[in-house]
Amino acid sequence: MTISHLVWLAVAFPLAGFLVNGALALGRPQAKGLVSVVGAGTLIAAFGVALGVFLELLRQPPEAPIIVSLWPWMPVGRLQVDLAFQVDQLSSVMLLVVTGVGSLIHLFSIGYMGEDPGYARYFSYLNLFVVFMLVLVLGANFPVLFIGWEGVGLCSYLLIGFWFSEKANADAGKKAFIMNRIGDFGFLVAMFFIWRAFGSLNFTDVLARAPTVLQQGGALVTAITLFLFLGCTGKSAQIPLYTWLPDAMAGPTPVSALIHAATMVTAGVYLVARTNVLFAMAPVSSTVVAGIGALTALFAATIGLRQYDIKRVLAYSTVSQLGYMFLGVGTGAYVSGVFHLVTHAFFKALLFLGSGSVIHAMHHAYHATHSHEDAQDMRNMGGLKQYLPVTFWLMLIATLAIAGIPPFSGFFSKDEILAAAFARGAGQPVYYLFYAMGVITAFLTAFYMARLMAMTFLGPNRTGDRERGHLHEAPWIMTGPLLVLGLLSAVGGAFNLPGFLGGHAALEHWLEPVMARGVALFGLEMPQGRTELFLIGGAVLVGVVGLVAGFRVTLSGRILPAHDAPPDTGFALVLNRKYYIDELYDRVVVRPLVWLSRVVLWKGVDQGVVDDAAVNGSARLSRGLGWLGSRLQTGQVGVYVVLFLVGALWVLSAVAR
Amino acid sequence: MLLGPSLLLSAILFSLGVAGVLLRRNAIVLFMCIELMLNAVNLTFVAFAQLYGASGYIIVFFVMTVAAAEAAVGLAIILAIFRHKQSVDLQNINLLHG
Repeated sequence: MTISHLVWLAVAFPLAGFLVNGALALGRPQAKGLVSVVGAGTLIAAFGVALGVFLELLRQPPEAPIIVSLWPWMPVGRLQVDLAFQVDQLSSVMLLVVTGVGSLIHLFSIGYMGEDPGYARYFSYLNLFVVFMLVLVLGANFPVLFIGWEGVGLCSYLLIGFWFSEKANADAGKKAFIMNRIGDFGFLVAMFFIWRAFGSLNFTDVLARAPTVLQQGGALVTAITLFLFLGCTGKSAQIPLYTWLPDAMAGPTPVSALIHAATMVTAGVYLVARTNVLFAMAPVSSTVVAGIGALTALFAATIGLRQYDIKRVLAYSTVSQLGYMFLGVGTGAYVSGVFHLVTHAFFKALLFLGSGSVIHAMHHAYHATHSHEDAQDMRNMGGLKQYLPVTFWLMLIATLAIAGIPPFSGFFSKDEILAAAFARGAGQPVYYLFYAMGVITAFLTAFYMARLMAMTFLGPNRTGDRERGHLHEAPWIMTGPLLVLGLLSAVGGAFNLPGFLGGHAALEHWLEPVMARGVALFGLEMPQGRTELFLIGGAVLVGVVGLVAGFRVTLSGRILPAHDAPPDTGFALVLNRKYYIDELYDRVVVRPLVWLSRVVLWKGVDQGVVDDAAVNGSARLSRGLGWLGSRLQTGQVGVYVVLFLVGALWVLSAVAR
Repeated sequence: MLLGPSLLLSAILFSLGVAGVLLRRNAIVLFMCIELMLNAVNLTFVAFAQLYGASGYIIVFFVMTVAAAEAAVGLAIILAIFRHKQSVDLQNINLLHG
């Protein structure tokens, strides 16, 4: 019995936390101390398990994934699905990220949500989310992964709509859930295809036999991977299913950090990395993945330029960075995609938690003076560096990381992805276009992050004269996790330090057993020597220019508080309104659907066919027939006698014949 | 043997009975017509009993018993109806119409 075989404990701890906190939420919601201990404690315990598993794998790297089968789940004829967990290098990395970042965010939540009446409910949902997220990354076959996939969607819905008494929040939750369902449909179809082709749904089976069962670049593998990717676009907020993620900011900020930045939304990237053999065998799908990723990265980054809500900027930034990750895995640089996933988990969680700290301060200030100003609008901030110095410096680290400034973590992962796209361009020129889009995105990323920092922390304060005195730094329970994340954001690049800097690409070697087959099929010659240095230099230059431009442009103009600010005009308005994509979806999809539901399905089918024709119609028919029959009952004995006689004669004649 | 004339007479009597039931409205007359039909049938049984043995005679006794019982019940009903409606005209007795 090794620690890896006890990996189910990592799931069991948060599950116990969910049950206890759920019971407390129903029974004694005021027991906040107990809720905090259970909520964060179970997560830290799970992190301990994850650490144990990781250290064991480090000591004796297994040849094949360790399958921990708990019980047979669907033993139906040829379909044998076990509830099984798979421990290998990739799942151990994800395990560490989910439980590690999850623990920090749970700790942060203790401070952030401390005064919320739904405290116990919040922690029970958050624990449940971690349960499903761990099932997702540990699942040894597609159905178990799918449990996690659906479960995190459920928890995402519950937590986005956490403050459900406001309709907008509840609507945002529903939007996220429904858009995810569209993607889940693709996932299911892909699973059906895989089952038909392989007769198995286990990752080890499918990935090992894929090169013999499927034809390289064939229609089937392309269909499977495209349907899988449809699932990814829903879960990971890519074009065309990305619009739910910015709305998901209606949830509490730690939720945005955990679910909508660090873990759940990266599930799609994880899925592509997990099934890398399939994607490697379908170059068309890989190009689609990379193209959608690049397009989403660029598209979301432009929207992020003109948002005022601090969380919305970060939300579009997340969509954009997820696009980067897909660009990476679509290029065949699976390790780079996962690497960016990990570093992004650090710096984006830090940015979100930092914004949470800012919002916390703003909210308290406005709450103290009973003001109804928007605590999340950056136009109401400014100069917060003076009041929240710790948050400022930590968010600055994250900003430098996301902008790709060396030596911060984002630089390494982002640079690898861009270099990979460039390298792929030699064989498929369209990847040069993706590379260019990636570079432009890098510039825009640096720009909008500089704008965010400048509007929030620099310049004169615009919060209001009475409120200013109430601004204060968050308590240590909130800044503590920020410090840890800041450290990870700063040095996270060391996990996969490239060769020319004296590193030996640790993450790449670590993940090699998982990625080897995919990389072998979809080989990629990474640029070396001067090309590599040139690419790096270009990326850094773009980042620096973006940052400088962002700070200068933002600080040069005078920013007015939200209620005094003139409305945007021209292209700025188009960006602020997110290219009117939501309105477009509303016109093209939602309203026709509502019309169809109301006019055709409700009034037509339900009221017309079901109610009128089927229910009332059959009643009317039997009543009519009954009326006809009742006409025979005249009450006149003579008539009865005639009928009787006729009948008797008829029977007689029939018998006599 | 008088089989032929007997059957002929029986047929005539039965037809009279049917015609009476169909055409007359008075409940008493109707009742008597039913008795007429029963007795026509009795005559048939008796006639055939000469050829096929005693079972025909025995059935006649049964029919007479049933007819007596029927008369008792039927007359009681008619009496009750008359008390209720001061009439035994069947056209007025149509409570069971649909």
